[in-house]
Amino acid sequence: MENAWIIPLFPLLSFLFLIFFGKRLKEASAYIGILLSLASFVYSLLVLFERFTSPTHKAESVWLTIGDVQLTAGFEVNQLNALMLVIVSLVSFLVHTYSKGYMHGDERFHVYYAYLGLFTFAMLGLVLSPNLLQTYIFWELVGLGSFLLIGFYFYKEEAKKAAKKAFIMTRIGDVGLLIGMILLFWQVGSFEYDEIFAAVEAGAVSSTMITLTAILIFIGAVGKSGQFPLHTWLPDAMEGPTPVSALIHAATMVAAGVYLVASLFPLFTASETALMTVAIIGAFTAIFAASIGLVQKDIKRVLAYSTVSQLGYMMLALGSAGYVAGVFHLMTHAFFKALLFLAAGSVIHAVHTQDIEKMGGLWKKLRVTGPLFLIGTLAISGVPLFSGFFSKDEILIAAWAHGNTVLFWLAVIAAFFTAFYMFRLFFMVFSGESRSDMKHVKESPSVMTVPMMVLAILAVVAGYVNTPWFGTFLGDWLTEGNPALGHGHIEGPSWIMIVATVVSLLGIFLAWLIYSKRSLSRDWLGASTLYTILYNKYYIDELYELTVLKVTKGLSLILRFIETFIVEGIVKGVSGAVSGLGHLGSRFQSGQIQRYGAVAFVGLAILIVVFAVTGGYLK
Amino acid sequence: MSSVPLSAYLALGLILFCIGLYGALTKRNIIIVLISIELMLNAANINLVAFSKFGVMPSITGQIFALFVMAVAAAEVAVGVAILIALYRNRNTVNIDEVNTLKH
Repeated sequence: MENAWIIPLFPLLSFLFLIFFGKRLKEASAYIGILLSLASFVYSLLVLFERFTSPTHKAESVWLTIGDVQLTAGFEVNQLNALMLVIVSLVSFLVHTYSKGYMHGDERFHVYYAYLGLFTFAMLGLVLSPNLLQTYIFWELVGLGSFLLIGFYFYKEEAKKAAKKAFIMTRIGDVGLLIGMILLFWQVGSFEYDEIFAAVEAGAVSSTMITLTAILIFIGAVGKSGQFPLHTWLPDAMEGPTPVSALIHAATMVAAGVYLVASLFPLFTASETALMTVAIIGAFTAIFAASIGLVQKDIKRVLAYSTVSQLGYMMLALGSAGYVAGVFHLMTHAFFKALLFLAAGSVIHAVHTQDIEKMGGLWKKLRVTGPLFLIGTLAISGVPLFSGFFSKDEILIAAWAHGNTVLFWLAVIAAFFTAFYMFRLFFMVFSGESRSDMKHVKESPSVMTVPMMVLAILAVVAGYVNTPWFGTFLGDWLTEGNPALGHGHIEGPSWIMIVATVVSLLGIFLAWLIYSKRSLSRDWLGASTLYTILYNKYYIDELYELTVLKVTKGLSLILRFIETFIVEGIVKGVSGAVSGLGHLGSRFQSGQIQRYGAVAFVGLAILIVVFAVTGGYLK
Repeated sequence: MSSVPLSAYLALGLILFCIGLYGALTKRNIIIVLISIELMLNAANINLVAFSKFGVMPSITGQIFALFVMAVAAAEVAVGVAILIALYRNRNTVNIDEVNTLKH
């Protein structure tokens, strides 16, 4: 555990090596990436097992000394970090493996693997950070990695736009995080998590300040985790390669916002307002994104909105003081959403389209991907005995126990939507007859299916680490020795579990009626105004286009006017005056040597006269 | 010994120098300019020799310096005339007013 700092260095090594030598290695680059990510996974696993028995390990050294303020850098392995290390490195390793098949034949294969290494390094570094400043550095590095990977197909206009959008939207959130961080430093005098929590607990920070900083930091999390109103970048980020969507936009980076809130949890619990904000934004995002997901036609976009919605769930859990529920759902979601994305990638790989209207009847053709996709769908829909069921149940109980009745029912409706749109997706893709000409549909190679199988197993069993029936190991372990994080398990009425099961089964049944059995017509849906609004994502993008973008563009036009006419005018005036003076001086240089001589002589004569008159010295 | 006073030598030097200066600043022919410069150097030589005999601390150093100046002047004229010949070959002129390319 003392050497946990090595874990992020493996992918960094992979990045550096592939940047310098990747061109010669070509597709062999994959082996380096896979091997090094496997190394960090194995090491993370060892650290996790060690963490079960030994206490939190923290190592730091002084990085900068400014006046009498010392900034430290180091790493920390507590329960949350250890768990995140394993999730991130596992998904990264599986995605590295999967990409070998998916990206086969790409011209910039080695660059892709180098970027994957960079991203994994940043994410693992973020997870290990013991203070806010270090977190912020890696937070931005993660953003950079995401930018590079979304824009990987930079010759496509949409990909270029999506990459820029993702970068700018998360940047808006990051400004909040930065301000919150500086305010906290100003109040507490330290970036250390421990010292911040100690100061908050001791009442050294006023309650309004706690609320303010917590909300500002939450804005950072909103940007990164694609919460409303900064969610629009996440669906567009699907322009990147599909394995990237699985790694970044499902399992790891978007979870960074949730992770940030979780690791600053004692700060949030100190302010009821901040918690309420988190819960409301979370619940609203959950239902908002789920409703958009109901009608999307692009397989990856449905999954993207489902990710946004599930992240909203996690925020709702954290906002309802359900620390364990949030982290638990983060973990199970990482597995089943990565599985769904990889399976979607496998489908796209086979049929070369992302439009689900053109798919159908793939169950018989994709004998491996189909069942795997079904497992992921069952898990996310919250069907009993799958992992998503247990974590979603925890969240609902947390929301109920915290007294957020309205938010609780919103979450229940969102659960119904989730089950409906996931099975809508499943039936449209796999059941019935093919809706377009698809002759050469081939199952993906085993290098792609094996990682999916691993994830599928996890998507089924990961829930059993924290169940109301067999014990709440995860919850007890996560909260052990830290009462600020709340209880390992929150008791809730048992009807919640039944309600959750019923709504998810109802959603599945409705989807089956409409999209598989077709006893309900789809036509009345497509014609309604509601459908148009949902299909256009509530016109949020257009709204931003009209308001924020117009204002910003107008402002930048004015600024550009000032730049060209006022600033450059002054600069040109100054430089023009100087050069004019120079021209005037150069007139004296005529090339007539005798004139120079005469001038020198006259000068000398004047000097002598002055000398004679003043008596030798100028006073 | 005859008693030509120091001031007479200095006056001769001054007159020679002024003639040289006038020639160097006004003549158009480069050869004349060069000769004028020689005149100025020799005016300085007369001063040096005069002071070595009648100065506050008479010593032989002044005459040695005069010899140095002559040696240096000879070298300078050699270089000057060489440049002049090269110039004449290139530009076909010895008029100093036409040699004015070294300007802005």
